[in-house]
Amino acid sequence: MSGLLSDRTLMITGASKGIGKATALLCAEQGADLVLIARNKSLLDELKTEISSKNSGKIYVFACDISKEEQVAEVFKQLNSEKILVDCLINNAGVMPVSMLQVTKSETIRNTYETNVFAVINACQVAMKSMMRKRKGSIINVSSIVGVKGHTGNVVYGSSKAAVIGITQSLAKELAPFNIRVNAVAPGFINTEMTRDIDEKIKEKNLNSIGMKRFGTPDDVAKVILFLASDLSEYVTGQVIGVDGGMVM
Amino acid sequence: MTNPEKLTQAFATALNINKALITDDLKYQGITQWDSVTHMILIAELESVFDIAINTDDIIEMSSFAKAKEIIRKYGIEL
Repeated sequence: MSGLLSDRTLMITGASKGIGKATALLCAEQGADLVLIARNKSLLDELKTEISSKNSGKIYVFACDISKEEQVAEVFKQLNSEKILVDCLINNAGVMPVSMLQVTKSETIRNTYETNVFAVINACQVAMKSMMRKRKGSIINVSSIVGVKGHTGNVVYGSSKAAVIGITQSLAKELAPFNIRVNAVAPGFINTEMTRDIDEKIKEKNLNSIGMKRFGTPDDVAKVILFLASDLSEYVTGQVIGVDGGMVM
Repeated sequence: MTNPEKLTQAFATALNINKALITDDLKYQGITQWDSVTHMILIAELESVFDIAINTDDIIEMSSFAKAKEIIRKYGIEL
């Protein structure tokens, strides 16, 4: 299948690496115009060059800290001035601190919630307005299996990702009358920079808990995001789709 | 259509009410048609009609037709 996202503009946060980058590459192949957001402009520029060499869709890149409301507002101001309306928002940017709660600093808690929760709410709040104008849209939030099942050393991260599920399910109800769908993906153990530094013994234990006996790839998640972004899922909202290879936690 | 006419039309369209009902006294939740859901439709309609992006504080503050006029003016629209 091709052209699943023709004439659509997708905004992807945390687009420079991992799941965000894989999603950008896959959605570009399906004809999407892309608004790519991340803190690292040079990585975004590299990605833009890579995508442009193979696809004809428009690509806009913005160096932006998604946890800073004023920076996000500026992005949307620029998009509005160029009459670019976002059809699909993919809230992918996130941080994953790992530490037992007893030794977790309050600053870490605050920073995690600012990026993983407050930034998601803010981006939804701003992006949904252009979708409401069109009476159509899709919001996809990247949660985590840890937000569903919990995990040792992940109280802060897991609770923030559980909040993402709460946001998804309530916002889906609010926006359904406007034909705007809101869904989440809950990746299991995905090989990304975020999981690179996890202790090998823990990785092995995690691998043994995965039914399919392999770690996921960013592409595995990107494919589900593509499904949720496209009309293939036009009657799907308020759902949390696990992408975990049958992981048991 | 003048800007005041556009504003009235936007309210009539978003709230699905007769224009005769649209006066400065019209208040959010003062009629059944202006509830939290249609308020969101109204904001989208106003943004579309006047080509503006209304910030969250103003969305919350927009509690009447009179207040809406005041807020829309802040975005450089002459009413």
